[in-house]
Amino acid sequence: MIARPPRAVLVLEDGEMFAGEAFAAAGTATGEVVFNTSLTGYQEVLTDPSYHRQLVAMTAPHQGNYGTSDQDAEATSVQAAGFIVRSASRTYSNWRATGGLPETLAAAGVVGISEVDTRRLARHIRSAGAMRAGISTELVDRDALLEVVRAAPPMAGADLAREVTTSRVYDVDTPDAPFRVVAYDFGIKRSILRLLAAAGCAVRVVPATTAAERVLAWEPDGVFCSNGPGDPAAVTYGSAAIATVLGAEVPLFGICLGHQLLGRALGATTYKLPFGHRGTNQPVRDQVRGTVEISTHNHGFAVDNASLARADRFGAVVVSHVNLNDGVNEGLRCADAPAFSVQYHPEAAPGPHDGRHLFGEFADLMRRCGRGRSTTWPEPGAASPLGVVDMEPGSASPPLDGKRSRGAGT
Amino acid sequence: MPARSDIDTVLVLGSGPIVIGQACEFDYSGAQACKALRREGYRVVLVNSNPATIMTDPAFADATYVEPLTVEMVSKVIAREAARGERMALLPTLGGQTGLNVAMDLAAADVLERHGVEQIGAGLESIALAEDRRQFAEVMGEIGLEVARCGEARDLATARTLAEQLGFPVLVRSSFTLGGAGSGVADDWETFERLVTEGLDASPIGQVQIDESLLGWKEYELEVMRDHADNCVVVCTIENLDPMGVHTGDSITVAPAMTLSDVEFQRLRNASFAVLRRIGVTTGGSNVQFAVDPATGRVRVVEMNPRVSRSSALASKATGFPIAKIAALLAVGYRLDEIANDITGETLAAFEPSIDYVVTKIPRFNFEKFPEVDGRLTTRMRSVGEVMAIGRTFTESLGKALRSLEDGSVGLVGAADGRSDAELDAALRTPTATRLQAVDAALARGWPTERVAALTGYDPWFCDQLLQIVELRRALRACETLANVDRWLLRRAKRAGFGDQMIARLFGVDEVDVRRRRRELDIHPVFKTVDTCAAEFAATTPYHYSTYEDTTEVAHSDRPRIMILGSGPNRIGQGIEFDYCCVHAVQALSDAGYETIMVNCNPETVSTDYDTADRLYFEPLTVEDVLAVHDAEVAAGGTDIGVMVQFGGQTPLKLAKALAAEGVRILGTAPEAIDRAEDRGRFGELLTDLAIRQPEGGIAATHDDALAVANRIGFPVLLRPSYVLGGRAMAIVYDVDQLRQWLEVNAAEGAVLVDRFLESAVELDVDAVYDGTEVFIGGITEHIEEAGVHSGDSACVLPPFTLGRAQVSVLADQTAMIADALHTRGLINIQFALRDEVTLVLEANPRASRTTPFVSKATGVPLAKLAARVMAGATLAELRAEGLAPPLDMATAPSLPYTAVKEAVLPFNRFPGVDSRLGPEMRSTGEVMGIDEQFGVAFAKSQAGTGAMVLPEKGTVFVSIANRDKRALIFPVKRLADLGFEILATEGTAATLRRSGVAAQVVAKFSERAGGGTTVVDRIEAGDVDLVFNTPRGGIGPRADGYEIRTAAVRHGIPCITTLSGILAAIQGIEALRGGTVGVRSLQEFHAEARRGLDSERPV
Repeated sequence: MIARPPRAVLVLEDGEMFAGEAFAAAGTATGEVVFNTSLTGYQEVLTDPSYHRQLVAMTAPHQGNYGTSDQDAEATSVQAAGFIVRSASRTYSNWRATGGLPETLAAAGVVGISEVDTRRLARHIRSAGAMRAGISTELVDRDALLEVVRAAPPMAGADLAREVTTSRVYDVDTPDAPFRVVAYDFGIKRSILRLLAAAGCAVRVVPATTAAERVLAWEPDGVFCSNGPGDPAAVTYGSAAIATVLGAEVPLFGICLGHQLLGRALGATTYKLPFGHRGTNQPVRDQVRGTVEISTHNHGFAVDNASLARADRFGAVVVSHVNLNDGVNEGLRCADAPAFSVQYHPEAAPGPHDGRHLFGEFADLMRRCGRGRSTTWPEPGAASPLGVVDMEPGSASPPLDGKRSRGAGT
Repeated sequence: MPARSDIDTVLVLGSGPIVIGQACEFDYSGAQACKALRREGYRVVLVNSNPATIMTDPAFADATYVEPLTVEMVSKVIAREAARGERMALLPTLGGQTGLNVAMDLAAADVLERHGVEQIGAGLESIALAEDRRQFAEVMGEIGLEVARCGEARDLATARTLAEQLGFPVLVRSSFTLGGAGSGVADDWETFERLVTEGLDASPIGQVQIDESLLGWKEYELEVMRDHADNCVVVCTIENLDPMGVHTGDSITVAPAMTLSDVEFQRLRNASFAVLRRIGVTTGGSNVQFAVDPATGRVRVVEMNPRVSRSSALASKATGFPIAKIAALLAVGYRLDEIANDITGETLAAFEPSIDYVVTKIPRFNFEKFPEVDGRLTTRMRSVGEVMAIGRTFTESLGKALRSLEDGSVGLVGAADGRSDAELDAALRTPTATRLQAVDAALARGWPTERVAALTGYDPWFCDQLLQIVELRRALRACETLANVDRWLLRRAKRAGFGDQMIARLFGVDEVDVRRRRRELDIHPVFKTVDTCAAEFAATTPYHYSTYEDTTEVAHSDRPRIMILGSGPNRIGQGIEFDYCCVHAVQALSDAGYETIMVNCNPETVSTDYDTADRLYFEPLTVEDVLAVHDAEVAAGGTDIGVMVQFGGQTPLKLAKALAAEGVRILGTAPEAIDRAEDRGRFGELLTDLAIRQPEGGIAATHDDALAVANRIGFPVLLRPSYVLGGRAMAIVYDVDQLRQWLEVNAAEGAVLVDRFLESAVELDVDAVYDGTEVFIGGITEHIEEAGVHSGDSACVLPPFTLGRAQVSVLADQTAMIADALHTRGLINIQFALRDEVTLVLEANPRASRTTPFVSKATGVPLAKLAARVMAGATLAELRAEGLAPPLDMATAPSLPYTAVKEAVLPFNRFPGVDSRLGPEMRSTGEVMGIDEQFGVAFAKSQAGTGAMVLPEKGTVFVSIANRDKRALIFPVKRLADLGFEILATEGTAATLRRSGVAAQVVAKFSERAGGGTTVVDRIEAGDVDLVFNTPRGGIGPRADGYEIRTAAVRHGIPCITTLSGILAAIQGIEALRGGTVGVRSLQEFHAEARRGLDSERPV
């Protein structure tokens, strides 16, 4: 027999309220409310550190159908602050599944609300912009929850990379890799580490605030700057470190927040988009080759195209990629320095693999710069806590470290 | 790169008649492509033999050739068009498998090269690679993809060896056939040998493939597009509810995929692009089908089609991404990032649609028309249509789709079905059209979802969704009365797709009570928008669906609006011809300044293209759903909203009364008048008052009544249940026993009409428009088959070839009288019988008819457009002044200087063993038109257009004639002998022929096979016969000689003509073919000639 589930409500900073039902952890969660239009990959989205302190609404109505899999987590636990869906599946069915979505969220203490008119929500965010919001299973009175929402910190100006970065240096063990790459962890996804490894990189992951001098002392073949949450303008230590790396002419590749920080290091400015790009169907034109890639996006901030044209701290900068939908900057390339970056997510997860060639291009860049001689680090770091060298999640071979992974919901 | 400037003319191939496996989705695709190409400034030349299509409307191309899609006729079109000296390209990817096959043949015959025609869209090599299973498997291996293990055979012995290697079950598929004709799964030698034999016959190259069976694997289809810069996008991923083993056209399918993780989906996405690249589809859309093992995730490529398809039409409707239009633009040189997304207006076609709703497609079957057929679903497609529904959840879209089907069910009500557990177990294992109901029954019995999933192969996630429906139903029933149901529960049920009728059924109340209770509890549907982007961008195209959510998106409007209700799923008796009428109505009203609103649930149609009406509602055609649209439009401003129910066949007519009762304004002929025409008794009185004759007959409520009527008027009598379309259950009976037998089977359907059957009368159809004061006779069509063959299955001719001027006047006068007496405003179709100089009225339908598009194509007068305007208040005089109607009509203008013949296309090749004898029950799925100055040529073209009835110019004719027809046929058969045909006949017929000097070779009847001689069936099997004339002498069903002859002919694709008049026409056709060259001319040229007659002075 059908019993009416406990109520939950979603209240936006501007007073807009959405009624729904609780389907995960009980409690109250606040954050910036954003929507993601991907048809698949809720687990990858939820575990992506770039969604830290965000309440994520999926526009696809059914969520949880194929459960969750230890292999598909992008970080050790659920990163989003709350989850908003039209319909949360009470069961799941997939040969790779190791758990269900509601249980995974509940175990991580993440509040979920279902039966929400998520299309109304997406349309509201589209016109009113991303804003603070709260989901609650206990404060079902609009005004009470609204008070809590308005007391929450805003996204603009927030330095969140500090909150999600690794606390210690660790090495991703990649036997016989020709390149040694230091990866700045501003909220790095496991898929990025997998693809760097596949491109021939032994990766040393370092905390976001690591001084560039320490990194350079290891004589890396390249430096990678990861994705991450928050306002790039607040991550001043990141852009400062990048400027130092650029000065040392070490090849550099950045994704997402890493891209924004590179832009800022070059002298460009960043700004907050009204409601951002979040999904796996975004067309990005490669300005050099003239082709279009369908790509994964997850960004609320962007590099200002016009400011890039004026950025000259390390020579000329080329706008390498733009979003076909709205012309927003999606990539840059330094003409006079061995550095490039993209705003979108070539590692996908979830999303199309169209941009994966960029990892190979990073390897090519290092090779062109005469890098890639030594395969061992001068001083050993800690072992990877992630176990991420399984190249293709779900491929027939078992994950090297799948059992030790503290995957969401296990 | 923008559009290519080195091409002037694009030749587009249509797909020909509607057949199972190839329906009006290609009208939608082709019409879209023609529009897009003309907008780019190309001269568009179209070849399509199907007059019921919108694409053959002369406004859609610069030159429209309604000619058979044969290499011979298309070559003539190419030669004629090439003579203009323009640079021409052939686009074959929009006309289904027919288009591709014709393109292959044209290339093989060097026609393209000879005339310098470039093939665009898909190259020959790509088509061949995708079609040839062995080569396909080989190249898939090269790119690291697996296909099911397979082999091919050109004879039974080789096939057997392959089956031994693969092990049962195996899949048998006929090469180069559409919709899986000649295909099936075999798990024993008997089935295997039958399938191989049929498959070899069905294949134009005499080849079958034997595949390892992937029964039980999940099936997915990806709709992919690629441009010349190698940009690739997946438009839509479709998941089949039915696992592998059921043809995707016969499966319930869902979009987007519901049970694929991102990791799995990306693997399929990458594979689909790799397939396109390897097959060499340089531009355009393709669909790639995959099988996925639910236990291990192993993937096999099932097949790919390098063209638009049924699924691409579905995907276009499901996402708002117009695949055919984009494919056409890519073929002429555009890239995806150079084409605008119509829906958002601001973004481009280079993206992948994201959808925030669920789409369910359910096939529509017509097995009741072929009761002798096994209803098990296989890899051979047999559905005749489909519905699509959009909801915010799977259960909602499923519920809406089920009530869109119009099959009498109101949704999953868990009816107690009295089946034993063992029977239910078997029903779950066997794929049929009603397996979903069996799943519902099993879950209602408390069978665990795991068990149901294991038996059906449905994914457990879907089984759980279905269980949620069962649980909600249980919760509702537990309330005992509707008044006890609280707001939360009722809203929950509505959100899960429960229709008002379904809820009413649960409580044993009326639908109106549920509606009232729902309004009391403030539960109303809202309308959301299909926008390609899940609300990320504003949509400018109002393409809506209903759901139960917080807010609605219907835009305000102050303009006068007219709603046109569509015709729902295609089915035998109601198909594309009504969609043509709906689309014409929309166009005419839109041109006249009205805002048009289309409501329909058929994804294959032009009417459900967001580009057709100003506002599109993809909704079931039920009172509940149509009222919801009406309410939403009223709420959107203005009150002047009229509804037209006369264009969509019976579907909207059935709703008229209930809609009117709710205060909806029905335009045109009043529902009451329609009712009066349909009600035999009342219509009879009307005719009596007008002193117009009708066949004697009566209405019988009981068996005894029926017997009494029959005895009064005399046998043979024509029997039919009242209120039928397509002649469902109609029969001619010759004696009391046959009458009793029929009543036993059909009495449950209510009142029965008993009419005197007019043997050897000529049947005529008049299509007219009446505005209240004057009538416009749009066309008078004469049937070739005599009365008794359903008008939809009969070949017919316009202008009528045996009628004199005086008879035409009588028909016109009587039409005007009846139209006036019925208070008609708009279209009226009247069927007359002409016997011994007496005209009798068989029936009148004050609405669009099946012949409306044929008449318009033949004459050039857009009847449905005139009717729509008249229904909206214009007079014919006003329409003449506007130039929409010509000064004269078909009764007053000089006769047309050419002849158009419409021929029915029958699906017997899909239903082996079904008797192909024509009768009062309609069984055709589509139609073709032949048009020429000479009747014989026009008839021959119509036969060639069917693909199955192609008249031979020489060879052997087998003649077996009923005694009553012998006298009439001696001289025609003699004519064939004189033309050099070998005549083969049974003993009796041969003797008659010999006495008249016709040398006929005698062959044994099938029933004489015990005698050891060669029978006619053996000769047909051996391929010795090119044409069969067989007028039945009564024997129906297996073991009768006529039956064996007809089914053997169908099996071997030999034309088999079963009526006297059909034979006479065929002989004229053969003579015409032998008489010299058959020419081609465009519809535009024919219409210009017709118009000269229609524009001449009105006679005083």
